[in-house]
Amino acid sequence: MIASHLLPKKIGKVTQRHEHPINIPEQPSDSETNRSVGHVETLYYQFALPPNELTLESGEKLGPITVAYETYGQLNADRSNAILILHALTGDAHAAGFHKGEGKPGWWDDMIGPGKAFDTRKYFVICSNILGGCRGTTGPSSINPKTGKRYGLDFPIITISDMVQVQKHLSDHLRIDRLLSVAGGSMGGMQALEWLTAHPDRLKSAIIIATAAKHSAQQIALNEVGRQAIMADPNWKEGHYYGGHLPAKGLAVARMVGHITYMSETSMGEKFGRRLKDNAKKQKFSIDFEVEDYLHNRGNNFVKRFDANSYLYITKAIDSFDVSRGKPLQQAFKGIKARALVLAFKSDWLYPASQSLEIVKACKLAGIETTYCEIDSTYGHDAFLLEIEEESHLVKHFLQNVSSAPVVTEENEVMAYDI
Amino acid sequence: MTSESLPLEYGVFLDWIEAGSSVLDLGCGDGKLLSLLVREKKVKAQGIEIDEQAIYRCVAKGLSVFHQDIDNGLSEYANKSFDYVILNQSFQQVKKPDIVLTEALRVSEKVIISFPNFAHYRARVQIFFNGRTPITSSLPYEWHDTPNLHFLSILDFVEYCEKRNITIETSSFVGRNRSVKIFPNLLALTGVFLISKK
Repeated sequence: MIASHLLPKKIGKVTQRHEHPINIPEQPSDSETNRSVGHVETLYYQFALPPNELTLESGEKLGPITVAYETYGQLNADRSNAILILHALTGDAHAAGFHKGEGKPGWWDDMIGPGKAFDTRKYFVICSNILGGCRGTTGPSSINPKTGKRYGLDFPIITISDMVQVQKHLSDHLRIDRLLSVAGGSMGGMQALEWLTAHPDRLKSAIIIATAAKHSAQQIALNEVGRQAIMADPNWKEGHYYGGHLPAKGLAVARMVGHITYMSETSMGEKFGRRLKDNAKKQKFSIDFEVEDYLHNRGNNFVKRFDANSYLYITKAIDSFDVSRGKPLQQAFKGIKARALVLAFKSDWLYPASQSLEIVKACKLAGIETTYCEIDSTYGHDAFLLEIEEESHLVKHFLQNVSSAPVVTEENEVMAYDI
Repeated sequence: MTSESLPLEYGVFLDWIEAGSSVLDLGCGDGKLLSLLVREKKVKAQGIEIDEQAIYRCVAKGLSVFHQDIDNGLSEYANKSFDYVILNQSFQQVKKPDIVLTEALRVSEKVIISFPNFAHYRARVQIFFNGRTPITSSLPYEWHDTPNLHFLSILDFVEYCEKRNITIETSSFVGRNRSVKIFPNLLALTGVFLISKK
């Protein structure tokens, strides 16, 4: 049985924002209003119903699976203008526009909208919540149909490849044979790499931002600190905390570590310096510095919107990811006809440019038509959400070029270059 | 882009490069030459450029380009990955021209190289009579702000090729407004060479 609210709704249902009264803290200017996709809704698609469960990379079966997704812009007649946006660790399907009654736009609203990098006047933009997430797509906090209770740690181990499998099912459901592009930063970039290697014939290009083909020891180590913080919280209870106290302290600490890694020394220095909190209590080990206050706030807010078990599952998926499965990267890229745009940021020490250059090196060896830019930024890893002007310029022109280029396949390769 | 705004040696590149070939432009700048080759010769183009702003202009022209240093941007390419490697006014700016040229000749069948001639008569006059570091239209920089790291003449390059067993397949020389047919080492502002490995 499919619950009616889980059935796919009309694609691309978007109404203009001015039709809906929204309380926005800072009133955007007229031009900004016109550049918004407006009021959007999250849609749901359910598949992998028993007995046709999805076989995961681990061999385990999972189903049914619900995918939360949003779409912006219109799919064209030959269904060739679709772009799949892939979110990072804690992102969700709400990439652009405004939800009813909410003042905060989607997480990549600066990049998606009319006239923006992912121009919704030209492209049909899709973003879905990842498998294992907690923002509408099936994850450890979803109800396990076998027990009627939330999965918790009964949820199977998932991988980046499983996330991409689910996205492929969604694009099948939307009847999109070939995506114009897939694009994402951080873990989103890993999904873009996985799309590129696992389904090269299903896309024309990939935009791979501030990411790695596989995690380094340092990156795994940082994630492990976050996981241990969650699991050390007495409220975690081996993942069976639903309905009781949440492992809020542990999850907040995990988020604090995350936020430290997302910023650079310079951006933290500029934002906080050694400034003290205004009403700092003069107690031993109280929150004295602004930076401490910031991290606490970020941690505490995060707990309200994110599931601790999802954090464990997703960070494990990131750590275990290796797009070439132990083989040289160029082997995994061999024969790929799609084009690639690889972006890194100068001050990003979590996903340093050297990791992007590894990807670029393999692209060169595999003969993938690639553009690479290391954008000068002091924002650290956060730059992929903040350096909008540079990113927009590169993405906009790259997409323009990709959409005007013919589809290159083995058979018509020579022909395509002769045009 | 009007044809008047194009440097004379661009015509040489257009003459020499075969239509539909694959081209790697080392130090492609804002992609002016490369986009011309794409438009006129339908080449499969790839650029490498160190300047970030130039990358943005290349991407706006629809070019594929790597934001990298050419001194170490070639090692990952397999032998003979391209039909042509271009070093247009960038050869004299790399840290290790020897290594870059050896690598260029490894990854490509042919290399086209253009560089400013340090032995142009105007340069000679400025050194000899004025005792000053020369400034010519192909060497337009002051001594303190030049991106050029190496200063070579046309004869220097010919001799260098002989020593390194590099074949000069053809060459062309450009003056201020026209091509130079005689005494290139004296009269040419820019030398353009099509070279290959023996």
